[in-house]
Amino acid sequence: MRRMTSFNVVSLTMGFAFLYIPMLILVIYSFNASKLVTVWGGFSTKWYGELLQNEAFLDAAWVTIKVGLISSTIATILGTMAAFVLVRSGRFFGRTLFSGMIYAPLVMPEVITGLSLLLLFISIGLPRGVTTIVLAHATFSMCYVSVVVSSRMASFDRSLEEAAYDLGCTGWDAFKSVTLPIIAPAVISGWLLAFTLSLDDLVIASFTAGPASTTLPIKIFSSVRLGVSPEINALSTIIIAIVTVGVITASITSKRAIVKKQREEQMADT
Amino acid sequence: MRRLLISIPYLWLLILFLVPFGIVLKIALSDVALSIPPYTPQLDLSEGWTGFRTFWAELDLENFWFLTEDDLYWKAYLSSLKIALIATFLTLLVGFPIAYGMANAPDHWRPTLMLLIILPFWTSFLIRVYAWIGILSNEGFLNQFLIWTGIIAEPAKILNTDIAVYIGIVYTYLPFMVLPIYATLEKLDGTLLEAAEDLGCTRIQAFWSVTAPLSKPGIIAGCFLVFIPALGEFVIPSLLGGSDTLMIGKVLWEEFFSNRDWPVASAVAVILLLILVVPIILFQRNEQKQREAEQ
Amino acid sequence: MPSDYASGFAPWEDADATPLISFDGVTKRFGGFTAIDNIDLQIYPKEFFALLGPSGCGKTTLMRMLGGFEDVTEGRITIDGLNMAGIPANKRAVNMMFQSYALFPHLSVADNIAFGLKRSDMPKSEIQGRVDEMLRLVQLQKFAKRKPHQISGGQRQRVALARALAKAPKLLLLDEPLGALDKKLRQETQFELMDIQEKTGTTFVIVTHDQEEAMTVASRIAVMDNGLLKQVDTPDRVYESPNSVYVADFIGDVNIITGTASEVLENTQLIWAEGATPITGMTGSRVVQGEPASFVIRPEKVSISKDEPQAANKVEGKVIDIAYLGNMSTYHVALANGVIVKSQTANNRRIARRDITWEDPVWLSWTDTAGLVLRD
Repeated sequence: MRRMTSFNVVSLTMGFAFLYIPMLILVIYSFNASKLVTVWGGFSTKWYGELLQNEAFLDAAWVTIKVGLISSTIATILGTMAAFVLVRSGRFFGRTLFSGMIYAPLVMPEVITGLSLLLLFISIGLPRGVTTIVLAHATFSMCYVSVVVSSRMASFDRSLEEAAYDLGCTGWDAFKSVTLPIIAPAVISGWLLAFTLSLDDLVIASFTAGPASTTLPIKIFSSVRLGVSPEINALSTIIIAIVTVGVITASITSKRAIVKKQREEQMADT
Repeated sequence: MRRLLISIPYLWLLILFLVPFGIVLKIALSDVALSIPPYTPQLDLSEGWTGFRTFWAELDLENFWFLTEDDLYWKAYLSSLKIALIATFLTLLVGFPIAYGMANAPDHWRPTLMLLIILPFWTSFLIRVYAWIGILSNEGFLNQFLIWTGIIAEPAKILNTDIAVYIGIVYTYLPFMVLPIYATLEKLDGTLLEAAEDLGCTRIQAFWSVTAPLSKPGIIAGCFLVFIPALGEFVIPSLLGGSDTLMIGKVLWEEFFSNRDWPVASAVAVILLLILVVPIILFQRNEQKQREAEQ
Repeated sequence: MPSDYASGFAPWEDADATPLISFDGVTKRFGGFTAIDNIDLQIYPKEFFALLGPSGCGKTTLMRMLGGFEDVTEGRITIDGLNMAGIPANKRAVNMMFQSYALFPHLSVADNIAFGLKRSDMPKSEIQGRVDEMLRLVQLQKFAKRKPHQISGGQRQRVALARALAKAPKLLLLDEPLGALDKKLRQETQFELMDIQEKTGTTFVIVTHDQEEAMTVASRIAVMDNGLLKQVDTPDRVYESPNSVYVADFIGDVNIITGTASEVLENTQLIWAEGATPITGMTGSRVVQGEPASFVIRPEKVSISKDEPQAANKVEGKVIDIAYLGNMSTYHVALANGVIVKSQTANNRRIARRDITWEDPVWLSWTDTAGLVLRD
């Protein structure tokens, strides 16, 4: 029995107000004409204009997107492989170490991951730049991907693959034409998660980035340290808008698909 | 085929996850040198076994002794623990009513509420922390609001204090607390509460004697999910905290980037990791117990 | 009784018949656990062969070894004269219908059926024709373009069957094929399955734990327990002349009275209670005079009456329970020594007319050939 008491209504309202008011303020004040970030000086979009002229930000954004796309793709491939190993490979030499290495980065403080990777890159003489950030991001994101994919794999009906073999598939053919299409949603959400983590990461990127490869979070962090700036508000608003539209679209599409499927299943059974 | 499938991710993680740790450990046991890279012994593989022996011989615990001598590090560890503990407790206080409200909300609302909880998680962490700078500063919105309502006459210093750090942690880690609690509350069989009331409990008694104990696994999971990352947090204390806010993640960062003392930074990292091992193991146990209970 | 058996289809009785499948001393171990224990078994072309047993008895493992999903630890399996050792599932002329149906959720009904054909040497131009033929066979022409989740459970079952039959395998394996259907649909589908088996002439091996299903569809049944074949026989023989108490108990409802075999001839006398007249039943396998034995009799072969009947075997008792099932009733009668014997009668009179009720003293009786004496 569900009871929506006034206590529940109040706690939900307060909770969501707490979550959303700070971001709302950020968005509103990005349209503030005044340079004083806490005093309203009329509506203006000039900060967006200035942002678009700011070469340093645009460069950093480009580096970030590039790193995100490459690292999340590598992470998805490696993470999916790791998920297979975790769920399917049974016992093999060093399995405990392997699953430990998959789960450890999830709880590892970013400062430690960043520091240790930087020390590795220095000791093997790899110059810091886009490559090192990509390697670092791919490493910690692959663990997230493998967790997402392996939870899907665990509920995967093995007899689907057996049916594929039974009907004449080889191993790779069965993976390509049966397993992959079925786990694709999990692989895609793993990729999105890896991409978001990469775009969002400040600490690990700070350790592994070189002087010529500043990412957006590093750029934002260094300007934010000096205090609030309307340009950053504008940038934040753009990011919030993209994420919001993206997440809401994704959830509506997936919800529609579920509803459609349920309706079809109901119709099929009657 | 199978061997290839195992060895690719395995090697990747060995090289980019395990080996770097070895390096951190090694450097933590080395001496500072004034030149760059700022630490001395390096394992010279060209010298073979002798090189390895000299390498071992030169290792010492000096950097760890240094950590115990300088009380900055003690204080930083203790203060990190304190801040993470208090912040976790505060997150629970804020998060539980939200999760409880969500679990009691009508079915058709729940997907939306769920989306609203998850949405901030996908938004940049940095931006979410940044949003509070403008709110908490001396001339910020919170002070403006408090002065306007007449609660205080002079702006209070909130930004750059521990309070701001607490707010930041509660705000950014709230979804990690709400989701596991919501998951256990949602599974809770509503007839249990009816049975409790049927047996003479008031609603509040039913809450304390049925809902609260049954949501314990979710509460524990949520607390660990907040506590573990909060302990090593860097962004929040460095943006919202003051210069006297000591958190170990921040110390490590400064040791590394400002003082360029790599061995000490590495020693700090090793100890932070050792401190984290206990809650991580406890968390794993809790998860395993829950999985077993579900089977 | 299966029509093919009545019409004289009994290759297992023909010494010259060549079996399609032959298990020779097959053993399967998983670590220290023996799932299949030294089994010898022949299955003939066009048979509808049922593997029946409780869960964990090894029936599924036996089938999966035929499909190529498990290898043999010891012994040899030949299909059509070919040793199957080392031949993977995708190279065998054997197809399987999975318990979960294992329909590919991302492919349409037609694409599911075509899946195996596309991976065979069938020319592309002929695939469509074959798919249509299979759709006709299972009467799903209208649903060709639907996805598996858009059709009902019964239709999914038929798609799985069509997909497995599309490549015209020599042998079709069916793993609990009707387990997911409700009772009514299951009964209809059993006949459909038999019909399709007859039409295509494929050898079917079905795994089931449902003895009624096995009785209905199979030409022969293998009753399994703990990795062993307890009995391999036609349904009527498994029911009427089980070779062990286990088989008698597993198939259908049965009364079991334990005692000592006293006079082992064509019929056996069983001393079951002190001072009571011994019970007579047909002599089953391996009964030894003076050794413990069990008398087994089906409840429907036990008559119940209030007055003492004229019968070869009769015992007195008291009705302690009546289970009314609508078309029939089962009376639970306690004998003087506490043994409970069930008697089942068809309710061909209205309920008010029946005179036996709880606590009534009654007589149970049966003929000398109604029951069987088996060694324990």
